[in-house]
Amino acid sequence: MFRNTSRSYGWIAIALHWLMALAVFGMFGLGLYMVELTYYDAWYHGSLATHKAIGILVALAFVARLLWRVVNPRPGGLATRALENRAAHLVHWVLYGLLAAIFVSGYLISTADGREIEVFGLFGVPATLTGEHQEDIAGEVHEILVWVTMTLVVLHALAALKHHFISRNSTLKRMFRPGL
Amino acid sequence: MKKLLIAMSVSASALASMAVNSADYVIDTQGAHASVNFKVKHLGYSWLTGRFNTFEGSFEWDKENPAASSVAVSIDTTSLDSNHAERDKHLRSGDFLEVSKYPTASFKSTAYKPTGEGTGELTGELSLRGVTSTITFPVEQIGEGDDPWGGYRAGFSGSTSIMLGDYGMGGPLGNIPVELELNVEGVRQ
Repeated sequence: MFRNTSRSYGWIAIALHWLMALAVFGMFGLGLYMVELTYYDAWYHGSLATHKAIGILVALAFVARLLWRVVNPRPGGLATRALENRAAHLVHWVLYGLLAAIFVSGYLISTADGREIEVFGLFGVPATLTGEHQEDIAGEVHEILVWVTMTLVVLHALAALKHHFISRNSTLKRMFRPGL
Repeated sequence: MKKLLIAMSVSASALASMAVNSADYVIDTQGAHASVNFKVKHLGYSWLTGRFNTFEGSFEWDKENPAASSVAVSIDTTSLDSNHAERDKHLRSGDFLEVSKYPTASFKSTAYKPTGEGTGELTGELSLRGVTSTITFPVEQIGEGDDPWGGYRAGFSGSTSIMLGDYGMGGPLGNIPVELELNVEGVRQ
C-alpha cells in the first residue's frame, strides 16, 4: 500500500507526486503575483516570506521524494512503444533536475547578502555562497528555469492525458490509487 | 650653464602648470576616497541609506579661478548597494532603476558659480534612467593640498534632492524625494 511495486505506485509516492504538483503550480502563481506587487501593498513582504518558506519546505519534500524513489521499486512505463517510455523517463529526470536548480537559484537570491531564509519562524536556513550581483544572476536563472519547467510540466500532463484518453492505459489512474 | 638649467626648469614648470589647468583632477575611486550615496525616507519614519559602489569621474579646479571649475561623473547603476540583496534586486528592476536598460547614470556640470570661500553652486545635467535634466545644487570644498605620497589632492562634497517620479521611477513611491550625495577627492594629474 505505502511502498511501490514493480507495477504500481504506493501511497507515499502518490502523495509526494501530487504535493509537488500542488507546490509547482502554487509557487508559480505566487511568484508571478508577488513580483507585481508594489512596496505599499500589504502583501509585499508577506508574499515573498511565504514563497521562500514554502520553497524550503518543498525542497525538503523533494529530497525525501528522491530518497523514497531510490529505495522503492520503479513501476515500468505502460506505453507499448519503448521510445515513449524512454522519453517519459527522461522528462521525469529533467524535471527533477530543473526543480533542484530552481530551489538552489531561489535560495541564492535571498541569501546573496548573507541573510538566512526564515521558514515560518520555525527555523532558518543559513547563507553559504555570497557574491557580487549574485541576487541578479540567481534571479534571472530562477525565472528562466521556472518557465522551462512549466513548459515541461504541460508536456508531462498532456502525455498523461494522452495515455488515459488515447492509449487507454492506467498511467494516469495509477497516479491516484495504489494497486492499479 | 646654471642659468640655462634654471630657465629650462622654469619653462618646464610653466608647461606643467598649463597642463594642470586643463587636465586637473581624477576622482580617487581607486583608493575609494569618493562616494556616491543616496538616502530616502522609509515610510517617512526613518532614513534608508545606500550607495553606488562603482563610478568614475574627473574635475577641473583652480582655486585662483573657481568659476572655471567643472566636474563629470559616470555611475554604474548595477553597483547599487543598500546592504540588502532582495531590496537591491528590486531597486535595480524595472520598478526603479531598470539597470538592464539603463546601466549608466551620469552628471556633467555646465556651470559653477562661486558663492563664498570654498563654496559654490554647481549646475549640470543629470542623466538617470533615460531622463536628462538640469539641476543646480550647492557644493562645498572640504580641503586641498599635498598628500604624504608625493601627490596633490582636492576634495569636495555636494548634495541635492530629486523626485523618483521625475525620472520614471517608483510607481506609487514616485512622489518621494531622494537625497543624492557626492563626495569626491581628486588627485591632480
